[in-house]
Amino acid sequence: MLGEGILKGLAETAKNFAGSFVSAERMTTVEYPEERIAPIEAARVFPFLVYDGTDWESGMRCVACQICEKECPPKCIYIEKSKDKKPDAIGKPQFYPAKFDVDIAVCMSCQICVEVCPFEAIKMDTEFELSTDDRFGGLLLDREELSKSNEYYHQIHPTEAAVVDARLTEGRAKADAKTTAAAITGAIRGAEIPKRPAEGGD
Amino acid sequence: MSLSGLEKEKDRPEGWNRPRLIEPDGEGELLEIAMGPHHPSTHGGFRMDVALDGERVIRLKPVFGYLHRNHEKIAEGIGYLGSMPYTDRLDYICSLTNNWAYALAVEKLTGQEVPERAEYLRVILGELTRVQNHASSIGFLIQEMGASGTPLMYAFREREKILDLFEGLTGSRMMCNYMRFGGCRVDAPEAWLTAARKVVAGLPGFVDEVDRLLTGNEILMARTQGVGVLPPELAVNAGVTGPMLRASGVNYDIRKVDHYGIYDRFNFRVPLGDHWDVYDRYMIRMLEMRESISILEQALKDIPAGPVMDAKAKIRGFRPKPGEAYGRIEAPKGELGFYLISDGGPNPYRYRVRPPSLINLTVLEDMCLGSDVADVVLIFGSVDIVLGEVDR
Repeated sequence: MLGEGILKGLAETAKNFAGSFVSAERMTTVEYPEERIAPIEAARVFPFLVYDGTDWESGMRCVACQICEKECPPKCIYIEKSKDKKPDAIGKPQFYPAKFDVDIAVCMSCQICVEVCPFEAIKMDTEFELSTDDRFGGLLLDREELSKSNEYYHQIHPTEAAVVDARLTEGRAKADAKTTAAAITGAIRGAEIPKRPAEGGD
Repeated sequence: MSLSGLEKEKDRPEGWNRPRLIEPDGEGELLEIAMGPHHPSTHGGFRMDVALDGERVIRLKPVFGYLHRNHEKIAEGIGYLGSMPYTDRLDYICSLTNNWAYALAVEKLTGQEVPERAEYLRVILGELTRVQNHASSIGFLIQEMGASGTPLMYAFREREKILDLFEGLTGSRMMCNYMRFGGCRVDAPEAWLTAARKVVAGLPGFVDEVDRLLTGNEILMARTQGVGVLPPELAVNAGVTGPMLRASGVNYDIRKVDHYGIYDRFNFRVPLGDHWDVYDRYMIRMLEMRESISILEQALKDIPAGPVMDAKAKIRGFRPKPGEAYGRIEAPKGELGFYLISDGGPNPYRYRVRPPSLINLTVLEDMCLGSDVADVVLIFGSVDIVLGEVDR
């Protein structure tokens, strides 16, 4: 019969129309900003710099190695390396970024900077409500605006942050073992060195 | 490749051998109009310069390049990994298959191995991409026919669930940037696989729904049957691939021809068209969705445990040996290939994309000649292009 297919299609739309009043699953619209969906752990928006402890300047993990600046596909990161060294979280003297800017108008949220960073210093934020009326300065984030604590990182990406912390403590334990071993060998050598002139003197 | 049934003259549809150029039969001048670059049917910046004799199309000249953004040259200036997020932006509906094709090309160049679990994850994500691409492309095709919204909204409701899966795993809904040379970036947790199984279990119901809504619809049949016929000889000569080629009756699916990844382990069929028209292209996409769902069910059942990255893969200081490689996959729109030449440096010496959308679009004039101007929009919609990939 001509028109059968159309009637069948209309029955389908009628079913969908009535179904949206019955089934809660069909009511898919979320009325943002009054309503929000639960935060998604894997979500990524723009990068931020992680610091340990309470002070962003002394606890910053970044050592200004500039790998992320080199690897960034749209080149939105600008780093100036410091002239002097400052002790990092475990007291080892390190370079630090005298300047670290991310132009989030250029950034495309690809997280390649996160993947290439050997120091777990740069991570992806989930904050997306970043609108501003300043086109230039408002979208160019400096190192103070970029710095966020490790606790905040744990809050937004709990599983990933736990893995990163485990890796960092393992690395530090290894480094500690190395420094103690070096200290011991150094002490032995140090003990040996004054012997030699004594022998030569004989 | 078999060109079955081409020898039988009587099997050929009416008007298949239309002359390349059509002479106007009416009196008076031709009307030349520019459809686009801001036409609702073009989904981006694209122009068709059409010459009309009354309602009949006499000439059609596609003009593209409005969305050109220098993808290939940018890729030659940055490292291999740096191009991966740019491939998301080629065909922005199917970013995961773009990632896959590029990763495959680089893996061919370096000879890296991909772990079993990563191969399964790639198949799952690739087939989910195919389902959501075909669903939205059918929705857009029907919208261009004048059914303003309903089928498209049904398709987008389903696409939303698949995009939620992508976001849960890769962190982004459309710009996924997920695959890496030698595997995938992160492992899928068990909870994600459970969610994926739930979504896949709901997909056959969606395809049935679209089937009831559209397939038997008399208006759809009257508008699409016998319109935009693309004969197989022309399709093969023009290098058309994907659902377009299979709708023209040519049995050519790179998943079956190349067996890239682990596609030889799955049981699926390749649907072929019989009448070579717009309705066949619609039907092929419907049937391909069903086949993709069957691949998804098989892959989600057998996915093994294990690592998702090749242990020897390097992220920093990635320099392949000098050489060249061409990696291609069956993307939802056709054969997507990446051709790379390495000179041993950190950047590719030459980087070339073979985009299915652009090459499928080259036969647009041949399909449109002699048809009504209202059908041009329809034929254009049935090609299923994304301008991000056409212009690069």
